[in-house]
Amino acid sequence: MSQLDLARLQFAMTSIYHFLFVPVTIGLAFLTALLQTAWHRSNRPEYLRLTRFFGTLLLINVAVGVVTGLVQEFQFGMDWSTYSRTVGDVFGAPLAMEGLAAFFLESTFLGLWVFGWDKLPRRVHLATIWAVAAGASLSAAFIMAANSWMQHPVGYTINTSTGRPQLNDIWAVLTNPVFLWGYVHVLLASLVTAAVVMLGVSAWQLRRGNAPEVFKSSARLALIVLTPSIVLAMFVGSELGVVEARYQPMKIAAAEAQWTTCQPCSFSLFQVGGGNDDKTPTKVIAIPHLLSLLATNSWNGQVTGLNEVQSSYEQQYGPGNYVPNVFVQYWAMRVMAYAAVGIMGVAAWGIWLLWRKKRLAGATLFLRLAVWAVILPFLMNTAGWLLTESGRQPWIVQGVQLTKNGVSPSVSTTSVAISLVAFLLLYGALAVVDVVLMMRYARRELAAGPAAEDAEAVVPAMTY
Amino acid sequence: MTLVSTWFILIAVLWTGFFILEGFDLGVGMLHGVVGGDEAGRRAAINTIGPLWDGNEVWLVVAGAGMFAAFPGWYATMFSGLYLALVVLLAALIVRGVSFEFRGKVDGQRWRQTWDWLLTGGSLFVPLLLGVGLGDLLAGLPIDSSQEYTGSFLDLLTPYGLFVGVTFVLLCLMHGGTFLALKTTDHVRTRSLHLTRRIAPVTCVAVLVFAVWTQVTAGRGVLPNLLEVTAVLAVVAGAWLLAEGREGWAFAASTVAIAASVSSIFTELYPRVMVSSTSSAFDLTVHNTASGTYALKVMTVVAVILLPVVLAYQAWTYHVFRARVRPEDFAPAVPAAAEPS
Repeated sequence: MSQLDLARLQFAMTSIYHFLFVPVTIGLAFLTALLQTAWHRSNRPEYLRLTRFFGTLLLINVAVGVVTGLVQEFQFGMDWSTYSRTVGDVFGAPLAMEGLAAFFLESTFLGLWVFGWDKLPRRVHLATIWAVAAGASLSAAFIMAANSWMQHPVGYTINTSTGRPQLNDIWAVLTNPVFLWGYVHVLLASLVTAAVVMLGVSAWQLRRGNAPEVFKSSARLALIVLTPSIVLAMFVGSELGVVEARYQPMKIAAAEAQWTTCQPCSFSLFQVGGGNDDKTPTKVIAIPHLLSLLATNSWNGQVTGLNEVQSSYEQQYGPGNYVPNVFVQYWAMRVMAYAAVGIMGVAAWGIWLLWRKKRLAGATLFLRLAVWAVILPFLMNTAGWLLTESGRQPWIVQGVQLTKNGVSPSVSTTSVAISLVAFLLLYGALAVVDVVLMMRYARRELAAGPAAEDAEAVVPAMTY
Repeated sequence: MTLVSTWFILIAVLWTGFFILEGFDLGVGMLHGVVGGDEAGRRAAINTIGPLWDGNEVWLVVAGAGMFAAFPGWYATMFSGLYLALVVLLAALIVRGVSFEFRGKVDGQRWRQTWDWLLTGGSLFVPLLLGVGLGDLLAGLPIDSSQEYTGSFLDLLTPYGLFVGVTFVLLCLMHGGTFLALKTTDHVRTRSLHLTRRIAPVTCVAVLVFAVWTQVTAGRGVLPNLLEVTAVLAVVAGAWLLAEGREGWAFAASTVAIAASVSSIFTELYPRVMVSSTSSAFDLTVHNTASGTYALKVMTVVAVILLPVVLAYQAWTYHVFRARVRPEDFAPAVPAAAEPS
């Protein structure tokens, strides 16, 4: 494998890994803040117990999310120095803002929240978890703004003497349509992820009969957050698809392996064969008009085929292959969508149980399913990122720089291989420890809460 | 003052802030096993920085991102040039970061010992590698006319860089040990004071050599400038104050010593950001690595608005957690039956 392949593999691996933790952090910070707010208002001890129970899961998760985030920031300079040198003028600004506006907020207030239970007034302490949730959501905003610039570069001019992009309108970068839709999509997916985790953990506890009254509350909260979030996530995702189809036609055409231009265009449930060398896969169960709807928002919309985009890109950018990996695009799209539909099914079932006032604790089959459903949002998120990032290839910045031109000239293939192996081993070990700890704490019996008459007692800090 | 100079100063401030703040929690990480004495003592030591270390580490993240945004050429050359060293640095930061959280999550002696070692080792490698890295900026690395690093991993091990690494480790030890003396009670405090008093003279010698060597490396003669003199005076004052048992003032002194040492590297660099050992014509400077005026203006506005806010709430955090941490609070729980009802 070349330096380029290894560097791409490393970035993909570390990003996917990092993003297993990010949505849980964003979503669970918000859900924990909701639980603590419920405790603050009602003084009911079960909400305090839940706050601390899910807060502990949040902390185990944040630890890995934070440290793997460091790798993300360093990697731009380490493996992609030509990219960094070329676009740092534009791309660096949102990253620096992310640190100043979001990371400081999130990490400082997380420390206050964890260790401040017995040191801060209750109201102030409640505010700290909301600050953590705000910081987490804000950090996603800036990194999404930076990423969206790679998908659809705006707000810059090319400096004539250096030939490099230069920021000339930060507002354009922060109102990039790819960013606005993409950011909301990520926030909703994060809520979905954390809500499914909370639902799954509560379901596991309910099946074991541990503190059923308490975990019924958290299951209910998870379902109430999950249902609108998954519906909206799918709606916003399809709008994002329309936006991307406009700026990155390859990405969407490849997601249906649509080589020829079509109108109206159908969407197949699955295909046999396919890929960049097999332009005539057997498509099974084609749903008429669905691709037109997804890509253009209209019933009879036209989707430009890969062949046609390829020839227009050749005219615009010179000879080369501009088609992303069609196999990855096709299946990433479907894994994402099917996982989302699966989550929607679980949510609908759960809401139905709540609606009919059925005893959630007695719905064995639902509880069993809800535990296994925890895997779905992670599949969905990973596939979603593959769809958007692999679909950007061969560009590192759409239309501005090719990925192969972004690597570090001074770094040898051996160095990248060494670091790839190092991170694989380290991340593998971390994954084992994290999963073991998460399972252990998720299955732990709920710590006893304060007696009801003791509502004003000081709650001890969560120390190391 | 020009925008690029402003941003050079800001980057220097971010690195200096990082070493002042993370400096003591790195020291605590290295020392917690030795000064803790027992499990309660070790937990007390770790919990002195529990609420603080994560926010401190963000200073490094922001310093890196600030370099990326304001001086993309500097960021690109430095991070790709130091490649393998940064892999080790990241590994150290990773194991250190998770060890805080994971250490207490399973009740087992071997589990805790493993994380204690990882915390100690990680906390040692971070200042060592960053010291070598920052020292290399001034010592000079093989860099060609297109601003690319042309050396190998071994070329990173410049004698001056290595010495800066050792000096930073010693400074962090002294800073962290003083912090522990200031923030703990009982045996942890006594042991911290005792040990730090022994480390301090070694640190004094190292900082003195560092001050002279920095001058020589920068090609400005042997006599240190104001910042380097400050560093030496502060570290000596710190050692003396420790001996007197006045750990509060000693901590102020070690803060000044770290701040002056780190910022002296940057002042000696300016207007260069990376010295090329190949030819001074290839030196990276604030001018040939900086972003455009518009980007720097935007970033200046953001920094001017946000940095004071960040400083305010971080200062508030230090105020909230100003009390000393007592080892007896972490003593094994008394059996429930024995507890007064």
